[in-house]
Amino acid sequence: MSGDLLEVEHVTKCFAIGGLFGRARFNAVDEVSFTVQAGRAEILAIIGESGSGKTTLARMILNTFAPTSGAIRFRGKDLLEVRGRKRRLDFIRQIQPILQNPYEAFNPLKRVDRYLYASAVRLSGAQSQMARDEAVDAALRKVGLSLAEVKGRFPHELSGGQLQRTAIARALIPSPALIVADEPVSMVDASLRMSIVNLFQRLRDELQVSILYITHDLATAYYISDRVIIMQKGKVVETGPAREVLIHPQHPYSILLKESVLSPDDVGRGRLTLGHDRGAMESAAGVKE
Amino acid sequence: MFRILRDLLSYNREFALGAILILLVLAMSLASFFSPYPSGLQYVGPFDVPPSWGHPFGTNSRGQDVFWQLTFAIRNSLLFGITVALLSRLVALVVGLTSGYIGGIVDRILMSINDTFVVFPPFPILVLVYFIFKDHMSWALLAVAMASLGWPYDARLIRSVALSLRTREFTTQSLFSGMSTRQILLEEHLPYVLPIIFATTMNNINWSIGLEVTLSVIGFTNIDTPTIGTMIYWANQHTALVAGVWWWIAFPVGLVIMTFIGLYLLSVSMNEYIDPRSRLSRMGGAA
Amino acid sequence: MCQSDLDRQSAGEPHPAPEGAPALSVDNLRAYYLMHYFGVEREVRAVDDISLVVRRNEIYGLAGESSCGKTTFLKTIAAAVRPPLTVIGGSVRYGFLDRDLFALSPAELSAVRWKHLSYIPQGSMNVLNPVRRVRQSFIDFAYRHIRLRRGAFFAAVEQHLQRLHLTASVLEAYPHELSGGMKQRVTIALATICRPEFIIADEPTTALDVIVQKDVLAMIREAQQQIGSSMLFVTHDMTVHANIADRLGIMYAGRLVEEAPTAEIFTKPMHPYSAHLVASLPRIGEQSRKKSLSGAPPNLADPPSGCRFHPRCSLATDVCREASPALTTLAPGHRVACYAASRW
Repeated sequence: MSGDLLEVEHVTKCFAIGGLFGRARFNAVDEVSFTVQAGRAEILAIIGESGSGKTTLARMILNTFAPTSGAIRFRGKDLLEVRGRKRRLDFIRQIQPILQNPYEAFNPLKRVDRYLYASAVRLSGAQSQMARDEAVDAALRKVGLSLAEVKGRFPHELSGGQLQRTAIARALIPSPALIVADEPVSMVDASLRMSIVNLFQRLRDELQVSILYITHDLATAYYISDRVIIMQKGKVVETGPAREVLIHPQHPYSILLKESVLSPDDVGRGRLTLGHDRGAMESAAGVKE
Repeated sequence: MFRILRDLLSYNREFALGAILILLVLAMSLASFFSPYPSGLQYVGPFDVPPSWGHPFGTNSRGQDVFWQLTFAIRNSLLFGITVALLSRLVALVVGLTSGYIGGIVDRILMSINDTFVVFPPFPILVLVYFIFKDHMSWALLAVAMASLGWPYDARLIRSVALSLRTREFTTQSLFSGMSTRQILLEEHLPYVLPIIFATTMNNINWSIGLEVTLSVIGFTNIDTPTIGTMIYWANQHTALVAGVWWWIAFPVGLVIMTFIGLYLLSVSMNEYIDPRSRLSRMGGAA
Repeated sequence: MCQSDLDRQSAGEPHPAPEGAPALSVDNLRAYYLMHYFGVEREVRAVDDISLVVRRNEIYGLAGESSCGKTTFLKTIAAAVRPPLTVIGGSVRYGFLDRDLFALSPAELSAVRWKHLSYIPQGSMNVLNPVRRVRQSFIDFAYRHIRLRRGAFFAAVEQHLQRLHLTASVLEAYPHELSGGMKQRVTIALATICRPEFIIADEPTTALDVIVQKDVLAMIREAQQQIGSSMLFVTHDMTVHANIADRLGIMYAGRLVEEAPTAEIFTKPMHPYSAHLVASLPRIGEQSRKKSLSGAPPNLADPPSGCRFHPRCSLATDVCREASPALTTLAPGHRVACYAASRW
């Protein structure tokens, strides 16, 4: 439908591993389809473990590489058509990523504000020094920081939470419509994690930015997302409104996933059991060890 | 800048030693500008005088003062070595960074060319070049020929660093900040490539001076230009060792060995300093 | 299976401490990183005056965020101290030794390692040799401690694996042929084969997927119960501690700020930091707003004066800025280092 922000249609990505002889092929992403609608900002969580294909899917949505089959359309235009500098710049003004490791997302040898200024100049069209400072400061304030705190700093001088928030500020400078966040809080300290997660909610509610929240953590996904997609081995196994899917999962894999989540409420109750009854659950869910 | 030098000198013995050696070598080459005897002149003094007050390194069988001859020789050899190293660094850097970062078909083509050049044995090729160009042979031509043989191995090293940098997350962030490829390569990736460039520059200078000496000793270069190699060539022509004129060979050889060791020590010690991981530890961040 | 006492005497090992001694007793341990790089001197106070006791047959959880010093603490109590890490003061006494750990010679240390003190790391690649089959790792680590002939040794290994619900075929595999969870299970089997008295576990399940994590945790628990050893389990994940630790210690900026039985930490946390950690845990089925702490964990090279948590603490008063509170027992088995908590 033309009104969609993002349309993923039967996308498959096939990787070949091995040498010249005997290459094995496997589908990292297998016939995945979903849409994100324009008009109303939402947070769509893509939940999966390692090997589920969620990061590969994210990379394809960010146009890092093309799918083997199927199509990804952003605002009606196929991503394969985004070629050439001008179209690429246009594209990244509307979709921005937030990466997993805040310490790696910034070059350790360079100052952090460098990326903010570059975004302001190239994506927001700010020319004069004053315009640049303004754009950067405004974006930083949206995430609860300020230019004074961040200017001239190296990545190691800031905490993981501050770095991730700076990365989010940078992503906000061109006012994108969609943010693809790949495990944005898994490497952030527990005491700072919820501030970032709360920030995503604010981005959706106040700034009307849709967020593709890719994670393996069901608890935070429950906390902030509107819809949820659960992936296993490249396929979508379940999708629907977040509260429904996470409280009453239907697919055996989703049930197993929810069963495996550790809860602080189990403290002292000795709920850890070793393998026997879980074996039946795992084979039903198609999980092989 | 001065603080860095001062830190290096006080805390790193290898750097201090290397710096002293290279300073001596440089002093020798600069002294060539103060030489009382022009370089090409022969019979300016008595023949075969051992090292003495008037002639600190003695004189040779052509009547030249060995000391002043050596100052010209080391200057020319150094200049030659540095020229070759710079030229080949340039090619290696461009090829390595482009190949590693862009990948795909460009990478394949460049690396095929690279591997072809790696296989060439430099010495026979240079001899061949000499025989083809004989009379038109000049130092500039030789420098270009050597530079075109000296880049491939290092281009691969740079390419491997570029490959690993391409997959790092800050490269993605730079891309999505709108930075152009050129800006990313020069500003984000170059600091990581610098240690390799530095080490390979020193190695390359050593390699090219060594090759020049080899060719000159055989007489395959312009033997009228004073260089370390040509000095040894002339010494052999006059059978210096047999005649007992040991100072004609000993001092050039000693000086070039000093150059090699000094450059090596410098590159090894500075590398530790420039290496991003140790830079980070100094700045206080985790590597 | 280890013929422990006979072997010990014959190998000239250190003698065990008297009966009733705790499995591990750490007193006023200080370990700093002292670094000089080109004229820049930095002293990172990673472990700053830590005292704790781990009893026999219990799992002691150590919680804390990144750069709180818990990894350094592990290195210190495993005697894996290398420059620039230096032990400034304090003592580490295990129940199976009659003297301080640092008083042992390298030969005695190597006799102790793996047999009495073993280690489960975060990444199994740190233990399993990637170019040899798994059985070789068992030979490398355990053979010299278990004085049996080859055949009997492997029979013992297979029996041990079976008790932990692993098949013997895993011995013939290369590490890369096994999944992440499988590798970690093999690592646990490897760490427990000699029935050590003390096991150090450094984030063993952090790198694992959710589904596998629960299984591996259960396996760790079962292995520990089978052998009756004590364990120091370090992770930043509070929900893991809730499910496996008997007692829990919370570390912040190189110091221990609270220690209590796990259930008490989750129901009645007394230190503001622990209270925050517990309150900020999201749960499925709950959508109430979770608050976050302001500020960031301090730089250990330049920590705040007095109580290291005071810049982020809503209850901070002047005394908190001046002097660091001592770890005092405020309830049975419950120690807290906080002026505010002591006032209640």
